[in-house]
Amino acid sequence: MKKFIASVMFALSASMVVSGTALANEDGVHLESANVNIHDQASLQIGAKYFANYCMGCHSLNFSRYNRVAADLGLTEEQVTKNLIFTRTDGESTKAGELMKNGMSPKQSAEWFGAPPPDLSLVGRSRGSDWIYSYLKAFYVDESRPMGVNNTVFPNVGMPHVLWELQGLQEKECTKEGEGEHAVEHCEMKTVKAGSMSPAEYDKVARDITNFLTYVGEPAALHRKSYGVLVLLFLGLFAVLAYFLKKEYWKDVH
Amino acid sequence: MAERPAHNYKGFLGWVEDRFPMMETWQAHLAGYYAPKNFNFWYFFGSLAMLVLVIQIFSGLFLAFHYKPDTGLAFASVEYIMRDVPGGWFIRYMHSTGASAFFIVVYLHMFRALIYGSYKGKRELIWLIGMAIYLALMATAFMGYLLPWGQMSYWGAQVIINLFNTIPVIGEGLSTWIRGDFVLGDATLNRFFALHFFLPSLVLPALVFVHIVALHAVGSNNPDGVEIKQGPKGNRWSETAPTDGIPFHPYYSVKDILGVVVFLIGFFAILFFVPEGGGYFLEKPNFEPANALKTPLHIAPVWYFTPFYTVLRAIPDPFFGTLAMFAAIAVLFVLPWIDRNPMKSWRYRNTAHKINLLLFAAVFLVLGWMGVEAVTPAFKELGTRMTQIYFIFFVVLWIHSNPSKAKYVMWFGILLAAIIAYDFTFRVPGSDPEALNQMLIQAIWPVGYLALTLLLPAFKASCNEEKPVPDRVTG
Repeated sequence: MKKFIASVMFALSASMVVSGTALANEDGVHLESANVNIHDQASLQIGAKYFANYCMGCHSLNFSRYNRVAADLGLTEEQVTKNLIFTRTDGESTKAGELMKNGMSPKQSAEWFGAPPPDLSLVGRSRGSDWIYSYLKAFYVDESRPMGVNNTVFPNVGMPHVLWELQGLQEKECTKEGEGEHAVEHCEMKTVKAGSMSPAEYDKVARDITNFLTYVGEPAALHRKSYGVLVLLFLGLFAVLAYFLKKEYWKDVH
Repeated sequence: MAERPAHNYKGFLGWVEDRFPMMETWQAHLAGYYAPKNFNFWYFFGSLAMLVLVIQIFSGLFLAFHYKPDTGLAFASVEYIMRDVPGGWFIRYMHSTGASAFFIVVYLHMFRALIYGSYKGKRELIWLIGMAIYLALMATAFMGYLLPWGQMSYWGAQVIINLFNTIPVIGEGLSTWIRGDFVLGDATLNRFFALHFFLPSLVLPALVFVHIVALHAVGSNNPDGVEIKQGPKGNRWSETAPTDGIPFHPYYSVKDILGVVVFLIGFFAILFFVPEGGGYFLEKPNFEPANALKTPLHIAPVWYFTPFYTVLRAIPDPFFGTLAMFAAIAVLFVLPWIDRNPMKSWRYRNTAHKINLLLFAAVFLVLGWMGVEAVTPAFKELGTRMTQIYFIFFVVLWIHSNPSKAKYVMWFGILLAAIIAYDFTFRVPGSDPEALNQMLIQAIWPVGYLALTLLLPAFKASCNEEKPVPDRVTG
């Protein structure tokens, strides 16, 4: 038996060698680790505030409800109504129980930006938190683009740098090392206009927005692991009993 | 009508038994069904497959209470389940984790049949019914994957349904008939929902029922491949029962409870802690609604279909690729007639056979892995070589049917020549230097495979030796 296992392991490890070179050059924008914690309520609240004030004019959260956000973030419905709701539904101020839609017409916004700004309810799951965090930090001045900015994480994105007042503006400076085919390009971001926040403060805001979007992607994630611990504890205990039950029954099988 | 056996049940049970064979059935299939006493780890997966079927049917029923099979509403209704339905996320994760668990369990169940020869000894129909279950399961899973109406749902279904287009003459008509429209849309979603409900709630249980009826008529195989019914008779419970058999209930029912609990620990660990299964159980692009105008960068089916997807991609011609993909599944049906060796269990068969089965398992895993990776020259070649070995496995299995008379070296030559001929006829013309280079390097896989399974037993007698099968089960 050992021999076969060894031969299988050999075959597998050999195939890893074959694939190794291919794995190394997988498409690669380097993403910074967002390192978010959805159990950090203060961070989620700040993230929600910035999202409502800076992002929500264009990006809806169509699957999320204001009052669910309120409950999960430790806010009252009144606080949410006062601070996060800026829209009206049928002529009245939008109610806390409604979905987090916005007033932008997809048709018009497609004309303005080339494509309608996507709904962000699930961006935390489709793109992941590292992507969002890196994206928010990756805008740079590029006069060739309609909005005057480009993005290294999402090249040629149609979105303007909405948070520029906070972050300031940065330029991408690239230097080439080596010549011809072997030239390696190194790019660095250089601040050309300071924003109202220090880089550390901006990083924190970007992280809080990312945290909020990660939470919105899967609100159930706030509680599911704690259920999981209880379920596994129960099953662990059950497994011990089931083992002894089996042993007791089987002692007379020879 | 034949007389029913007399019974001694009193009271309510007796009243029922006079009118319905309740205890008779209990006796025939559980308390009085004698299973070999030497079942091991591999024998958990049959009962586990039934458990997962029940999980899928009930979680699916609760999902259907809230799900809307409408291209405009489907995606939002799934998110409604995830957010607004109390416990909805739990039901949904039960179902999505259950789908992957179903295939894990079924693949292990099938591999068990392979290593212990459980399709032999009047058990061919059990295997065929099992294969029908596997087909129904794949159809169910494929149609279920469309329902969330995410990007992968849409594009995965698009790719698979378009495969039918490659069939000459009837192809276009066939795929239109499957879609119910000229494009993948509302009509398709609606019928896939109906079929996704119909197949597992009606067809699958019926097939499982006949699978078990056939099994209980012939009797279970075991890790030794010894027929307990042909052994001595009489045990503690019955004078006519096989001595090496024990009543399924309570012995295997309590043993299966342990198997169920251990399985559930793994199942719930995934459900509660990593429900996306690292992007394999729930694919990331499927969190974006279906968009007919935006093709995802990589279209990869869910992991349990990827081995066959690699077979499809291994052949550049779309029609022959499709044919190969279906052939890879179809060939499994005739397994009982390929493996002609009267010995069932690999315990007593020659070493080369054991190597063959283990390599087949490894090849299946690599095929699955290749199916989720983007195509690079190295991966493309690896997938093609593994596809070749996948099909050659069945020939080698047939050659191993009679080890003492097998002309190993001749078959090594024939199969190697077949691979070389195939490569030179279909693959070398028009290939770029890098592809040729890969072809040459990775020829080591089929050559190595053939050497281990055919040359080894030819030149090393100990690897071709079969051991005598004992008269009674061991352990």
